[in-house]
Amino acid sequence: CDIDILKEKIGEVLLPGDEFVFESEDTIFLTDNVKPERPVCGPGLRQSGNRLVVSKSGVLRHKPPHTFWMDSQQWRYVPAKAETVIGIVTSKSGDIFKVDVGGSEQASLSYLAFEGATKRNRPNVQVGDLVFAQFTVANKDMEPELVCIDGSGRANGMGVFGGGGLLLKVSLGLVRRLLAPQSDIRSDLEQLFPCELVVGMNGRIWVRASTIQQTLIISNLLQSCDTLTAPQRREQFRKLQKGGL
Amino acid sequence: VSFLRRSKFEEGGMMEVSASNNVSLREFGCEQNLLSRPDGSASFVQGDTSVMAGVYGPAEVKVSKEIYDRATLEVLLQPKVGPAGVREQSQEQCVRETCEAALLLSLHPRSSLTLILQVLHDDGSLLSCCLNAACMALMDAGLSMSCLFCGVTCAIGADGDIIADPTAAQEKESRALMTFAIDSTERRVMMSSTKGSFSVQELQECVAVSQKASEKVFQFYRDSVRRRYSKNL
Repeated sequence: CDIDILKEKIGEVLLPGDEFVFESEDTIFLTDNVKPERPVCGPGLRQSGNRLVVSKSGVLRHKPPHTFWMDSQQWRYVPAKAETVIGIVTSKSGDIFKVDVGGSEQASLSYLAFEGATKRNRPNVQVGDLVFAQFTVANKDMEPELVCIDGSGRANGMGVFGGGGLLLKVSLGLVRRLLAPQSDIRSDLEQLFPCELVVGMNGRIWVRASTIQQTLIISNLLQSCDTLTAPQRREQFRKLQKGGL
Repeated sequence: VSFLRRSKFEEGGMMEVSASNNVSLREFGCEQNLLSRPDGSASFVQGDTSVMAGVYGPAEVKVSKEIYDRATLEVLLQPKVGPAGVREQSQEQCVRETCEAALLLSLHPRSSLTLILQVLHDDGSLLSCCLNAACMALMDAGLSMSCLFCGVTCAIGADGDIIADPTAAQEKESRALMTFAIDSTERRVMMSSTKGSFSVQELQECVAVSQKASEKVFQFYRDSVRRRYSKNL
């Protein structure tokens, strides 16, 4: 089967320009129940006709049944629809806030896109505030647009925040690892001390613990997680739990 | 995390050209993600020639420089001593044309990509070292590329023998110096920059030598990136 060529390479490091060619079927029998399996390409893979080309260097990952993508290390964020990000409000002009999300363009956030906001009841957002929002419009041709409500009009955790915590910039790979369903780093952190954590897919993390020292410890840990391997990280956490550092 | 990978490539080559030609390249070294500010960075070492590259992007672009359907790529080459002059500008143009052919610029319209190359030491084959550092930095930044590219320099000595990856001393004694950028998918020449006098036959021989040498460079890229991701696997 065509997908098997790809499946052989799962977990391998591939470089841009590596190509997979599928044989196309010339005749399809009408009585066949089997449809030819076509892979679904995620980030880092491009499909043209019956050729699949790798466009970013990284590790090939797979989610059954047909989804493949390249897991690569990156620092720069490119806005994508439905991703939740932490933005910094840079200006207010009329009905729109301009928010810096770390991409090539600033995103726009309408003041009506907050829970319970009406023309008379404006949200309390100032320049310099942090907002947790998600993209409704994010493609390469248009200016990105953010909203702080979900489809049914509820905030669902989004909105303005930011008193007393610390904002850090980490790599996109670390953010994805933190947000994964079974995340080692998150479970290690839970055992340390209670803290509030907001993770934006644009590589920004906001941390707040009960004391400033604990906040700083967690933020240093998170930034070092980028460069540590899993055993080294567990070693660091263990040292902390015993009260070192 | 940083690692330096050194490997020595030597090949007693029997090619179409002549049995006395050996494609021997100097020791390579490469390091990725070594700078904290740029979105991608790499350092490439060939023998004693060493270049560091940093990539920023896709970032905001000035309205006067924006292109409506693709990214604007700017290359800056800083020599080791003194300000950048006309020679650096022509080298920047060579690197820029190669990168524009390899990158998928249409994925980031109205954005800017900036590539900054800093020459740390020049002992010959500078342009090919810049091309290699640029390719590794672009990969490190996670920019989408349609293929990889590498640079190979060939020098033709006074007695007609072809030296790949020459040192500064060998370059000075050569009568012709050529640098080719080779792509990874079809091993074709993407960019060529030549100096000196040579025949058509010699040019074709040099292209063949460069294509042979580029295979080693691409294998080195693969090994380097594999080492880099090995701790995450």
